Amino acid sequence: MSLLSPLAALGRMALGLLASLGRIAIFAGQVVSHLFRPPWYPREFLHALIQIGWFSLPVVGLTALFTGGALALQIYAGGARFSAEAVVPAIVAIGMTRELGPVLGGLMVAARVASSIAAEIGTMKVTEQIDALVTLSTNPLKYLAVPRVLAATLAVPVLVAVGDSIGIMGGWAVGVHRLDFNSAAYLKNTINFLESWDVVSGLIKGAAFGFLVALMGCYHGMNSGRGAQGVGAATKAAVVSASVLIFAANYLLTELFFS
Amino acid sequence: MIELRGVTKSFGTNHVLRGVDLVIPRGSSMVIIGGSGTGKSVTLKCVLGLVRPDSGTITLNGQDVTKGDRDAFLAQFGMLFQGGALFDSMRVWENVAFRLQRGALKKPKAEAREIAIEKLRRVGLGPQVADLFPAELSGGMQKRVSLARAIAADPQIIFFDEPTTGLDPIMSGVINDLIREIVTEMGATAMTITHDMSSVRAIADNVAMLHGGKVRWTGPVGDMDATTDPYVQQFIHGRAEGPIESLR
Ligand SMILES: Nc1ncnc2c1ncn2[C@@H]1O[C@H](COP(=O)(O)OP(=O)(O)OP(=O)(O)O)[C@@H](O)[C@H]1O
Ligand SMILES: [Mg+2]
Repeated sequence: MSLLSPLAALGRMALGLLASLGRIAIFAGQVVSHLFRPPWYPREFLHALIQIGWFSLPVVGLTALFTGGALALQIYAGGARFSAEAVVPAIVAIGMTRELGPVLGGLMVAARVASSIAAEIGTMKVTEQIDALVTLSTNPLKYLAVPRVLAATLAVPVLVAVGDSIGIMGGWAVGVHRLDFNSAAYLKNTINFLESWDVVSGLIKGAAFGFLVALMGCYHGMNSGRGAQGVGAATKAAVVSASVLIFAANYLLTELFFS
Repeated sequence: MIELRGVTKSFGTNHVLRGVDLVIPRGSSMVIIGGSGTGKSVTLKCVLGLVRPDSGTITLNGQDVTKGDRDAFLAQFGMLFQGGALFDSMRVWENVAFRLQRGALKKPKAEAREIAIEKLRRVGLGPQVADLFPAELSGGMQKRVSLARAIAADPQIIFFDEPTTGLDPIMSGVINDLIREIVTEMGATAMTITHDMSSVRAIADNVAMLHGGKVRWTGPVGDMDATTDPYVQQFIHGRAEGPIESLR
């Protein structure tokens, strides 16, 4: 018995994980199906768009700026080993748009948005506001989850596009001021090498990550345990699961797009 | 008419309801009394479908509440939650007018606001609170806003979970009168939970006492004082000694 108990615990964990994946998939299906059925709540949608999109701009922009700069330094140092310093503009651009823009942008949004959605909806759950919505003939899923998920799915690609531009600009600034690139040549190099699919694939990733982030925030918020502790646990679970799902989805999408 | 038959509900090993039978005739006021934690709030939530009973049936006018059109079912209800459950991101008037600004009962904003202010007046709150946020109100004021929200769309069936808890005696009187008025003048069916015996006498047509997961006693409010049931007697006279244990 005692010999097998670690195995039993492992099995229980695996079953638990599968069960919650199933519940999340059902929840996602419900959210998507409600997206196409009235009533819709445009005011809640606009509010979510501003909260998720507009107010995430500074943090996504700053993350991209520093990442683009660091990337330029790294590529330069790495490229110098085989005298390929000239690839800096191209690699910074491709690295930002395909990979780092969407992933880091998605992670920053996960930190900012998944947590706040989970905390807000979780608090509504423990203070019976969600029950109150039901008694006021309002479907909480439609009213709370659908606008947020839609807003995040639309807003994160825009954030990624802004992040891409700022990241490339960060690379350019470091390239010109620290690595002695010619400014015009750097930009020309960037534009020549960058293909539209590099950018578009990153934006699609961004949309997927935005969907996942808001979905996790809503799911964990609505399934929050009781009391302040329950809300705390829901918030943590939302951020962790959103981040892990972003990495997993990123791998799958990269596999799908580029192999 | 609302009818509960053999309703049971457990949370894990906590067997809260063990077969509740209760009938609330249409247009009457039922008051549920009983010790703290005996499952009064859970009973109301079962009727509304917020909590799913483990077994038993609940019908409204003969129709099983778990079947049929849920939107149409909920459209007849108003509920005052024990904790208020106000939407803290919205102003007071928007809370009260929530139902009037969305869905089937949608009204123009100015009209919705006007109705909200009128409902606030009926629970003893002036128009100056309309633009505040719930967090800016005292506990008793929040409770009354929540009450105003419950009655805003003039529902036919209203549940009040401890409407007068936390209110001063005068406000309690105002709220008792309001509930009585809603039942007698508007013909609504009301189900009220309260610990306040003066409220019971002011509001109730019928009284039911919940104890041990079952309805221990039920009858017209006039019979309540005359009953020999020791549980009811202990409860309405607030005695520490009696069959109801004080450690629960
Ligand atoms: N969602 C829930 N999960 C687990 N247990 C619950 C839940 N809701 C209620 N309970 C339990 O059910 C029991 C009855 O709760 P309920 O809120 O109905 O009591 P009550 O009769 O309304 O008491 P009070 O007069 O203090 O409001 C309590 O023991 C409570 O812990
Ligand atoms: Mg209660």
